[in-house]
Amino acid sequence: MTNTVAPNDGTTQGPRLYPILSDNDVVQFRHEVRAAAVAAGLRLIDQTKLVTAASELARNALEHGGGGLGEIGPPEAVGRRGVRVIVEDDGPGIADLDLALTDGFSRDNGMGMGLPGSRRLVDSFDLWSEQGVGTCVIVEKWAL
Amino acid sequence: MARRPNPTLATVPDDPESPASPTTQAQQVSATTSQSLLAELLLDRREQVLDAWVQAQATKLERRSGRRPDADVRAECEALLDALQSAVASDSIDVKSPEYVEVTRLVDFMSKDRARQGYSPIETAIAVFSLKDSLLGVLEEVCGDQPELLVDEIKKMNALVDYLGLQTFEAYMAGREEVIVSQQQSMLALSTPVVKLWDGIVALPLIGTLDTDRTQTVMENLLQAIVETESQVAIIDITGVVTVDTAVAQNLLKTVAATRLMGAECIISGVRPQIAQTMVFLGVELGDVVTKATLADAFKVGLKMVGADQTAVGRA
Amino acid sequence: MQRIPILELGESLFVTVQVDIDDQLAFALQDDLMTKIVATGAKGVLIDISSMEIVDSFLGRMLAGIASMSRILDAEVVVVGMRPVVAITLVELGLSLPGVRMALNVDRGIAMLDEALTAGGGLDDEYSRAE
Repeated sequence: MTNTVAPNDGTTQGPRLYPILSDNDVVQFRHEVRAAAVAAGLRLIDQTKLVTAASELARNALEHGGGGLGEIGPPEAVGRRGVRVIVEDDGPGIADLDLALTDGFSRDNGMGMGLPGSRRLVDSFDLWSEQGVGTCVIVEKWAL
Repeated sequence: MARRPNPTLATVPDDPESPASPTTQAQQVSATTSQSLLAELLLDRREQVLDAWVQAQATKLERRSGRRPDADVRAECEALLDALQSAVASDSIDVKSPEYVEVTRLVDFMSKDRARQGYSPIETAIAVFSLKDSLLGVLEEVCGDQPELLVDEIKKMNALVDYLGLQTFEAYMAGREEVIVSQQQSMLALSTPVVKLWDGIVALPLIGTLDTDRTQTVMENLLQAIVETESQVAIIDITGVVTVDTAVAQNLLKTVAATRLMGAECIISGVRPQIAQTMVFLGVELGDVVTKATLADAFKVGLKMVGADQTAVGRA
Repeated sequence: MQRIPILELGESLFVTVQVDIDDQLAFALQDDLMTKIVATGAKGVLIDISSMEIVDSFLGRMLAGIASMSRILDAEVVVVGMRPVVAITLVELGLSLPGVRMALNVDRGIAMLDEALTAGGGLDDEYSRAE
């Protein structure tokens, strides 16, 4: 008789939250994202891309947003294997969204928040920002 | 720190290749009153609901060949019902909330498991939708004399089961997508072989296109080969690349950049006059990248680079 | 605070960057390296990043910065051992570190430094001209 009850593999627990208020928090966050990526069965290159993107976002929250909150959980779509990472802050928000998302702006010159680059690293990318309120970025990487 | 609602502003356009989710319509379950009547029924009338559900499935899917043993179906449905009862009892009717994670997981598993057993996605959806028959029966029994309450409960139950049924489709699609992509990757890997030409020189003949996915595979294979052979020169032959447009050119440049980060130098060979013209026309800057018309020419340059000529200075 | 040790290797300095380097550590390394280059008169710096599983834009720019600053102090930098997945990710992120010499491993890196040093204090090539 086949096992008809889904095995609980521990990867579908609810999302977990992590404060991003210091250098060390960023490093910790990277570790957690890595662990989630491994658990979700992502290939090494995809793990690396996701962790790197998460690092970019976390740094942004710390440097431009005055500190933030990170969340790691399963993808939004049912049936998708992968990881969803959310990084949000209550900072000043992004002044010029179009500019920040324009490719080439922050390339190799040390300026900007590396958003277009981070976007290329992930499979889905959603950004919300309002001046004076804050910024929230949601990215997903799938195990395809 | 305030939790932000799902972002609605400045959503960067999705990748047009990814299918739109079919469940976005059914998400709007009314969020005003509690579902406690449903939760009570799922608890008090558990056996009745379960029996009726299993029976409804047997009836509707009667013509299916190779029917599963009722015991299996029952166990699967039992787990889902229990999870549903907990979720509904929490008074949350937001199917995206954490209370429904277990329900979602079980529906996902059920969908993939049945697909493996040969059920079509419609059959699995029918099985889930037949829960309505069972719940309708119980609701009629319990509040048949209170038409307003009955209608209200039916609406809520309906929205909930609809969402579950649609979820089975989404899970099925995601499952198929995984299979397709995995097969694609196998094919890509097979079609981008890297060959060692000499001590320190590897070559990669590209055939076809160099789109985003292909570039990914090319870079992985090439860099891995460079590490394994400890090569300093990588020759990328594009004779077999039919069209070289801006995207292809950029992907080539990406590959060249990644190779350089590994301490190796790229030579692009097979550059036809038309390609040179196209690149200049498109304003593509190859910069310092060495380009040669033939693989043989590239190989000669490569030999120099690895010190076949003793005094040569490798630019790696 | 612990700092990344810098070893002396002939006329060169040798650094191995650990797996988890946070910003503080990175800045400290930069400072320590510049100080040591001047103090020892080193002409070459070898940075081994083979243990680094992640190089984001901050760390990438840090490496580029170290290369530039060292050049001003008349020392050549070679970064060795970048992992394939890291290289692919960095390029995708938009960084290609054009002003930084790269080598596959420590042996190659040392050979490259020797070459640069014996050719007489810095090669006039794309790396020097890139600044």
